[in-house]
Amino acid sequence: MTPEDADRHFGVVGVYVHIPFCARICPYCDFAVVAGKDHLAPRYIEALVAEIGGGESRRGIGAVYVGGGTPSHVEPRLLGLTLEAVERRHGIASGAEVSVEANPEDFTKDLARGLVALGFTRVSFGAQSFDPVVLGYLGRRHTPEDITRSVETARTAGFGSVSVDLIYGSPVEDPASWEDTLARAVDLGTDHVSCYALTVEQGTPLGRSVASGEAAPDPDIQADRHELAGMRLSAAGLGRYEVSNWATGGHECRYNHIVWAQGEYLGYGASAHGHLDGVRYRNLRRLDAYIAAVERGVRPLAGEELLRGWDAEIDRLFVGLRRVVGVAEGPGTAALMETEEGQLLEHAGVVSRRGDRLVIDRPLLTDMVQRAVLGLPEPWAQAAAANNVSVDA
Amino acid sequence: MSDQTRIRNFSIIAHIDHGKSTLADRLLERTGAVSPREMRDQVLDTMDLERERGITIKAQTVRIGYHAGDGDDYVLNLIDTPGHVDFSYEVSRSLAACEGALLLADAAQGVQAQTVANAYLAIEAGLEVIPALNKIDLAAADPERVTTELVNILGGSPDAVLHLSAKTGAGVDRLLETIIARIPPPSGDAEAPLRALVFDSYFDAYRGVVCYLRVVDGSLGVGDAIRFMATGETHDASEIGYLTPKAVPVGRVGPGEVVYLITGVKEIDRIKVGDTVTSARAAAVVPLPGYTEPKPMVFSGIFPTDGDDYPKLREALEKLRLNDASLSWEPETSRALGFGFRVGFLGLLHMEIVRERLEREYDLDLVATAPSVAYSVRLPPGEEQVIKSPQDLPEEHRGVSEPFVRAMILTPTEYVGPIMELATGRRAVVGGMNYLSPERVELDFEIPLSEIVFDFFDLLKSKTKGYATLDYEPLDYRQADLVKVDILLNGQAVDAFSAIVHRDHAEEYGKRMTTRLRSLIPRQLFDVPIQAAIGGRVISRETVKARRKDVTAKCYGGDITRKKKLLQKQKEGKKRMKMVGSVEVPQEAFVAALRVDDDL
Repeated sequence: MTPEDADRHFGVVGVYVHIPFCARICPYCDFAVVAGKDHLAPRYIEALVAEIGGGESRRGIGAVYVGGGTPSHVEPRLLGLTLEAVERRHGIASGAEVSVEANPEDFTKDLARGLVALGFTRVSFGAQSFDPVVLGYLGRRHTPEDITRSVETARTAGFGSVSVDLIYGSPVEDPASWEDTLARAVDLGTDHVSCYALTVEQGTPLGRSVASGEAAPDPDIQADRHELAGMRLSAAGLGRYEVSNWATGGHECRYNHIVWAQGEYLGYGASAHGHLDGVRYRNLRRLDAYIAAVERGVRPLAGEELLRGWDAEIDRLFVGLRRVVGVAEGPGTAALMETEEGQLLEHAGVVSRRGDRLVIDRPLLTDMVQRAVLGLPEPWAQAAAANNVSVDA
Repeated sequence: MSDQTRIRNFSIIAHIDHGKSTLADRLLERTGAVSPREMRDQVLDTMDLERERGITIKAQTVRIGYHAGDGDDYVLNLIDTPGHVDFSYEVSRSLAACEGALLLADAAQGVQAQTVANAYLAIEAGLEVIPALNKIDLAAADPERVTTELVNILGGSPDAVLHLSAKTGAGVDRLLETIIARIPPPSGDAEAPLRALVFDSYFDAYRGVVCYLRVVDGSLGVGDAIRFMATGETHDASEIGYLTPKAVPVGRVGPGEVVYLITGVKEIDRIKVGDTVTSARAAAVVPLPGYTEPKPMVFSGIFPTDGDDYPKLREALEKLRLNDASLSWEPETSRALGFGFRVGFLGLLHMEIVRERLEREYDLDLVATAPSVAYSVRLPPGEEQVIKSPQDLPEEHRGVSEPFVRAMILTPTEYVGPIMELATGRRAVVGGMNYLSPERVELDFEIPLSEIVFDFFDLLKSKTKGYATLDYEPLDYRQADLVKVDILLNGQAVDAFSAIVHRDHAEEYGKRMTTRLRSLIPRQLFDVPIQAAIGGRVISRETVKARRKDVTAKCYGGDITRKKKLLQKQKEGKKRMKMVGSVEVPQEAFVAALRVDDDL
């Protein structure tokens, strides 16, 4: 994808729908998820439909992403109601990407066909690993064979784009295990692979066990694994386009590109986030609080971040620099490269200027760049101009 | 003016936590100086830090009226003393204002080194010392053993040792009667020219400097023109009064009395503790003995983390000095840490207290370098130069001398071995051993001050389960084979890490510093080599490997605001770092690198 193509997503509107239901909660997960509350699904979907119906009226949605949780865990009929509501309120553009997340353990032919019939074009599997030991550590119930079968089922059912998520760098993984997982993911011929370093989040069962002295992931080993993923996936024709994402040409996730291009997207459901009119907002995280708010006819808003002027420029760098194409030069990149920190990052080969863009060449150090970006002061001349102060020569 | 024969001036000498303040409170309560309603525990310890640490930093003084068993009314002046070796000059001035001292020992813990040191000061000053056991109500109390210790230190009969519980008040009545009976009354000459000892002073925001005086000879009245004999300053006595503990102004006082004096002076360093006040018109010829300038023993570089706070730090130091004339400093510039001050302290506790107060009361973020002592360097032409900072050691010199102290350690006998090992490893010359009882022994050493300024006390405590106590006093300067060890980060010497150590210990010191720094300095963009070197010769080397992964795995629409906040917080955490060249060094590293840890 060319930089221009990536940046063009700025003008596309996306929709994110959150489905929090899961069969079980994985020990490392810190998303807004619930297990054992499937009976609330119909009421939740009703609330979702109501929220969508009463929301902003942007038209012509270019990408829909139904994530979770485990969207495939609820009845396809309920997901259908949700998509219909999006279509009614906003209209889904023809050729739009419509993604759904699914678990390999219960991805049947009927389910696959049902989802395609509802209009889903892309499926992303929480595969995580092809090593049973790693799967066990991660609390996953599916087998490596389930992954293979699910991908084939998705292809047969007519999904145009199939992705697998992999998690690397858990303490039980060895180099051979990761090598094998990459090889088998490549053999499946998926169009898209996301590789995530296992992250220990506070408040999760994994977080607690690490805090109590259990083995933690080693960042140097994770760096090795990320490098290996880059080599194996690119050899197989999957190009990295973001820190953790690889795809064959044309299969980059469009919804995510909207986010990274600072485009607009509407977030529906508990904990869903949106970006509209220069405001990043987020919904109530708790399922019951969300349902109660919507049922009372109140917007289920939990908080907002206003992006105006310089803040918006910082935000553009913050989201855009995660992409391989980086960001177009602008006041923010100029300010960054004027700082000692920015120059040090350039000197160390972390960032470079390529043409009229600033890119990160060492993606594993992205947060270092982000921290430098966050503190950037607004250039005086620009602030003065914005405040209509005359600047003497 | 009170009748001298009805005055008793005394101090209480006790170790931290042995109950001095509680006993003082009990005396105030028993004699009605403070009503039960006003009574809050430990009235006399007023500073927050004192309350937290359970020690007295600034002496407090109080006048108590007491109706004795003989039917007469007496005035008891309790002259409180600071409870730490760092303030031994102030202790000696307080003792000089008394005729007697109560030596208070915890009946369970026994006598401690600092108590012994102060008891010797009291004996040398010719004071009548009354030994007493406190906390006699504790189950763990061992009065027999501690009585033996007291008798071995003070001499005298075991029967003379009083038994008290400051907590319950048991024994306090007998104590009061003993004070009246045994401590001699003052015997000043009321007709002689005024001589009064300044034994303490503090700064009051409204009244200026308030000093505490013990009148020895003559009399002092409001409006009198007075002269401070050491400084030569002349002022009017604008107010004098008793502390009950409330200030009660009086018109005129005579020999033996203890009062506060206000002159309108605003700068505390114009009034010196130990000075003699006399009359400006009919001046005494000979001042009272014992006045010396307090001399800093330990020095540390103090730098603001944020260079913009330099003026704020200067202002805070100046404000602290309003109440602490012993604090001294000079500007210091460090390549690594920027502009700051080389601050001189009376001792280790003094240093810790000042640093803590600067951070807490003045809201400053500070980097403090490892403490050092003042060295005397012989230069090629033959002149001597005193250096207070390792970085000032000239390349060319004809020898370095360092300050020695006489150290006294009191310990249960079972720890003598480990203490000997510790002390000799620190170049101590062992003097003598003196058994206070079969279980407790006093060890005497001569040891370089530099060897105890940093972690000696912590090590001593950890090797003796906290039972050993240490006291020291300055001795002399002695020549030694000392070298400067530099620490280089990324090939660049960091002046703030330089230290002067004995040549025989240099290698071990270098190894410890580089290893410690490797664990303290976070991984960064580049490999950071850490070297220890003497002159140009590298004696130890470690490397902080470059950071390879610093990235959030997932960042999609859902996380952006949260992730910004998280990274912003991490960024603020980095403000606690000091950029040294291109290396980020945590503030703590400047001191923590030298601190003892479990692994040593």
